Amino acid sequence: MAENIIVYGLVSSGVYALLAVGFSLIFGVARIVNLAHTAFYMLAAYLIYSLASSVGLNLYLSIIIAIVTVTVVGTISYKFLIARVRQHEATTLIVTIAIAVIIQEAILKGFGGQPRGVPKLISGSMEIFGVTVLNQQLLTLGVVILLLLATWFFLMKTKSGVAIRAIAQDRAVANLMGINVPRMEMLTMAISVGLAAIAGALVAPLFVLTPGMWAHPLVMILAVVVLGGLGSLQGSVIGAIILGFAENMVVFLAPSGSFLKTSVALTIMLIVILIKPEGLFGIVFEEERG
Amino acid sequence: MSLPAAYFTKALKLLRGEVFVLPSRTVVLVVGILLLIFPVFSQEPFILRVLIIAAIFAIFAASWDLLSGFTGQINFGHALFFGVAAYTAALLNLNLGLAPWATIPIGAIAAVLAGLVVGIPCLRLRGTYLAFATLAFPLILLGVVYAIPNITHGELGIYGIDPLSGSRVASYYIAIPAMIVLGFIMWKITDSKVGLIFHAIREDEVTARASGINTTRYKLLAFCLSGLFAGIAGGLYAHFVKAAGPSTLELLLSFQVIIWAVFGGIATIYGPIAGVLILYPLTEFVLIRYFSVPSETKMLIFAFIVLLVLLFMRQGLITWLRDKTEKICPRCKLQNVAWRRKCRVCTAELD
Repeated sequence: MAENIIVYGLVSSGVYALLAVGFSLIFGVARIVNLAHTAFYMLAAYLIYSLASSVGLNLYLSIIIAIVTVTVVGTISYKFLIARVRQHEATTLIVTIAIAVIIQEAILKGFGGQPRGVPKLISGSMEIFGVTVLNQQLLTLGVVILLLLATWFFLMKTKSGVAIRAIAQDRAVANLMGINVPRMEMLTMAISVGLAAIAGALVAPLFVLTPGMWAHPLVMILAVVVLGGLGSLQGSVIGAIILGFAENMVVFLAPSGSFLKTSVALTIMLIVILIKPEGLFGIVFEEERG
Repeated sequence: MSLPAAYFTKALKLLRGEVFVLPSRTVVLVVGILLLIFPVFSQEPFILRVLIIAAIFAIFAASWDLLSGFTGQINFGHALFFGVAAYTAALLNLNLGLAPWATIPIGAIAAVLAGLVVGIPCLRLRGTYLAFATLAFPLILLGVVYAIPNITHGELGIYGIDPLSGSRVASYYIAIPAMIVLGFIMWKITDSKVGLIFHAIREDEVTARASGINTTRYKLLAFCLSGLFAGIAGGLYAHFVKAAGPSTLELLLSFQVIIWAVFGGIATIYGPIAGVLILYPLTEFVLIRYFSVPSETKMLIFAFIVLLVLLFMRQGLITWLRDKTEKICPRCKLQNVAWRRKCRVCTAELD
């Protein structure tokens, strides 16, 4: 029991962290609530399925093609759809929901509603302290940690990363300092969608694919980013760990737990923001003070 | 002159002076009358069903607008009010045998209480935090609904409750007048002092507070009023489809209501109503029957229509049309037709 909670909790936390960091990044930089974020994650998983199982490409090649395609699709939809309406907050929300619905319906039309599975990248399992762990789960965890470190390094140590953080802090001043704000925002969107696509590639072999698979992670990452504090990357990671473990503890410990897992995770989120309205590591944005 | 004749001329004068001067109001009147006499032309049960559900969802979308469009507290979990009222009405009807005329108001009161339950803790939150926090409430309740199937019947929902009325046409004449009356009440609320305060809270809460407005009370009032109207819609829906299921609490419904409202244009009340009355029959009925669109692609076309309209009319369809056809008089702030030179009331030059 305990070992199951740890293994599954770590995997869910990792996936949520990867999704939440991307979501938080584009929110922090461009103040865009991208409700299509997990739809891109689903699109990547389905692309891998179709390339590997239907077209018959090599699994590694199909993963790379899928990640690149989804990143390009995401960036294009940002440039031509989201960026055009972003002055109007409510309209931006609806445009991202519409993109998510279009992706969902296109997948439903292309693949049907029945669950699909993708072969594992590496098969077999390992015994760690007497606990059986699938190699794919270990790979997922390893890639997640690596990517989170890489994202952190990119944001802290590279010139583009500093520019992105500067825009997140103060858009107008960043613009005055000669940072090309629109281009940096597009780069952020590409990174954000890219992380979502990689998360999709990582879970495709572990979860079953259905056209509705985007809704649950979307709710969870919204809870994660609020719990951790909007716009804060470390908050997103810690929020993901808290909610990922909470969810799996409910599934394994409580009766009819799989029904209640979302309820418990969301209740934790509510309690935290009622005590601390800006989340655990929240940044108070300039325009939201007062 | 006899009394009825005097009332008649007065009504005619009111129509000429207040309704026919603006094309938008004329359109509203014509659509209202057409909807009311529609069963004279066709009594096809399916069309009536689509229109009844559209009317119920129109009340629901307008109630979202009352809360989110006016006070700016974006509610991502508006399905909570709908679902709470639907489940309350269904449980009361099934277990206590209360008739719809009793269960619908009680369901609406339950939704008002739900509004307080959401509104009080959310007073400390604003903006995106508020939106994401409100998202949680219906989903938490949905988990509870699934977890206690002996009361809520889990995934199947509560079915077999009393219908709204004996016949489809009678139900039509409950739903459509309900939409017209409740829509008018909501529009009047937003047109009153309370509505002005809601606007003020959205534009600048600190300034509103500095002007001596108890913003806390008005924000809670918005939650309760919105819950009341959404609750009436939820109760009507449960009795019309004779069931209350998990779909009344799902994320999709919460998103759907925002899509309808934003498509029509927020902070108007009539925008969301028009949004539902255009989009719902279009996707459920018009596209399938007249454009031979297969029913499984209707969601896809729905999303494309919403996307295209919002890309070009960023404030929503009805707001865009209103801004094209109407001008506000700079002196007396009354609406005028865009092609007038002088204000219809104070004769100030319109720019």
